[in-house]
Amino acid sequence: MLSALVFSVAIGAVFIPPGTLTRMLVSFFPGVRLQLDWPETFNVIIFSIRLPHTILIAMTGAALSGSGAVYQGLFRNPLADPYLIGVASGAGLGAVLAMSLRWPNDLLGLFTIPAAAFVGATATVILVYFLARSGKSMPTTTLILAGVAVGSFTSALTSYLMLRSEGEVRRALAWLLGGSSMSGWDPVMAALPYIAIGLGALVFSGHPLNVLQFGDEQAQQMGLNVERIKAFLVLAASLTTAAAVAFSGVIGFVGLIVPHLVRILWGPDYRHLVPLSILGGATMLLIADLLARILLAPQELPVGVITALAGAPFFLWVLRRAKERSFW
Amino acid sequence: MVGMLEIQSLYVGYGKETVLADFTISVRPGEVLALVGPNGAGKTTLIKAVSGVLQAQAGMIRVNGKDLNRLPAMERARYLAVVPQARNLPAAFTVWQTVMMGRTPFLGWLGKASEQDRARARWALERTNTLSLAKRRVDELSGGEQQRVLLARALAQDTPILLMDEPTAHLDLQHQSNLLNLTRRLAEEQDLAVLMALHDLNLVALYADRAALLVEGRLRAAGTPSEVLTPQRLSEVYQIPLHVIAHPEYGTPLVLPDGRQKVSTSST
Repeated sequence: MLSALVFSVAIGAVFIPPGTLTRMLVSFFPGVRLQLDWPETFNVIIFSIRLPHTILIAMTGAALSGSGAVYQGLFRNPLADPYLIGVASGAGLGAVLAMSLRWPNDLLGLFTIPAAAFVGATATVILVYFLARSGKSMPTTTLILAGVAVGSFTSALTSYLMLRSEGEVRRALAWLLGGSSMSGWDPVMAALPYIAIGLGALVFSGHPLNVLQFGDEQAQQMGLNVERIKAFLVLAASLTTAAAVAFSGVIGFVGLIVPHLVRILWGPDYRHLVPLSILGGATMLLIADLLARILLAPQELPVGVITALAGAPFFLWVLRRAKERSFW
Repeated sequence: MVGMLEIQSLYVGYGKETVLADFTISVRPGEVLALVGPNGAGKTTLIKAVSGVLQAQAGMIRVNGKDLNRLPAMERARYLAVVPQARNLPAAFTVWQTVMMGRTPFLGWLGKASEQDRARARWALERTNTLSLAKRRVDELSGGEQQRVLLARALAQDTPILLMDEPTAHLDLQHQSNLLNLTRRLAEEQDLAVLMALHDLNLVALYADRAALLVEGRLRAAGTPSEVLTPQRLSEVYQIPLHVIAHPEYGTPLVLPDGRQKVSTSST
């Protein structure tokens, strides 16, 4: 089942550029020699624009649904995703704050955006955590309510900031809708370390997530250091989310739907669920991005619009098919 | 490993409030000790404190002389396993996956199981009569089967001490009896020390070697069920008149409420 997804990612990635681009991408892989029968400008288009864009999109999809799967497991709530507990909004606020202070043009400046987003995300998580905490325990319901409230608040702050910085309103709005308006290799390089570290940590956390499904109490009794593991997972997932939001904006549904699709198809074991969600998220966002670019060509739709427009009905279809068995 | 559980002058509570005070008892290998008492007496609190979910305010919890209070969760889980009530279980895991999670204290972060882990899980399934259910999803099982799976999970944990929190609460008569017989048999065969919160006094009398009566967070009496479950004491503790008669076959105490209260017919 793993190979099926790797395969579909490969097809998605290769399928994106039609015609010549396909062959050019193939030639990108080492060992493959093709006749260089395309103009030099094509190289620029592919390797400086399309390829980094594709990689950024794949990274974003992987990050959002990987951390979405982890949030769902962490809070034992099928609705949990980077947005529900306010992390993404917090990251967005951090990123917009960084941008409004100085729109960064160099790589160093770009590195600060995910850092600011991470600070925003982590600050939000900590705020939500302390708001939701009652005594020594943290009930999930309170956590999500606090997350939604803090998320709305930070979103409002973000909107305010964006309206204030007039010249960049259009650009910022496109970013917020998940337009992935940044291009070139710089954002890829800036986001890569964050996402690699975050996802790297999450991929191997399947077993503790499985045990956490029995509730904090039983998990502790089965030998898990629940508080520490939860803090670790929240930080890793927030880091991942922050990097994704910082460069691709707010893209809904990927973090929510993909983990559920994987769960319906391959079961609840987080040791498979997290990696498959990462692969599935990359695949789904690549397809959505492809659609966004070709549907109204030469105009480009924000990816977020596609993920919601196509993702929601598809999800509902799968949900209905799986109805007779609870997959959660 | 065979082990004796010793609880000494234990104080447990939430925040500054103390729910359980000065509690001392020990459970020997092979013995089933039942914690009884009215709702809110502190039975569940005690189970939580001994299993490390609640930090004790003072006192000692020792297995073979080793103080568990200082141990991290993973090490503590090698000394004692908990059988919780079969409620809100993750529905989609299979029985096998569920029981394998009992091996957590022996697995690494990745949860990679060795042949030894699998053998222990298989053994636990066999002993609880759930091997044939291994591939089934947990939500396809009956309440009695789910409870046996949780017992198997605790057995897979391979600990000398077993804690059980109202394991029969949602079971019918047949499954209550089966589960407690099974627990007793396992305690004897494996030399397990079993500490079980159980509010059904008649089950306690039939299946427990000893009983400890908790009232308002304090130990009121401890001893064999016949010693602890006397009509005077129970009537006082439960605040309704109670009869205690002898079981027709075993002579163990059977507790009956003293009939009905008179229905008031006055119109005021």
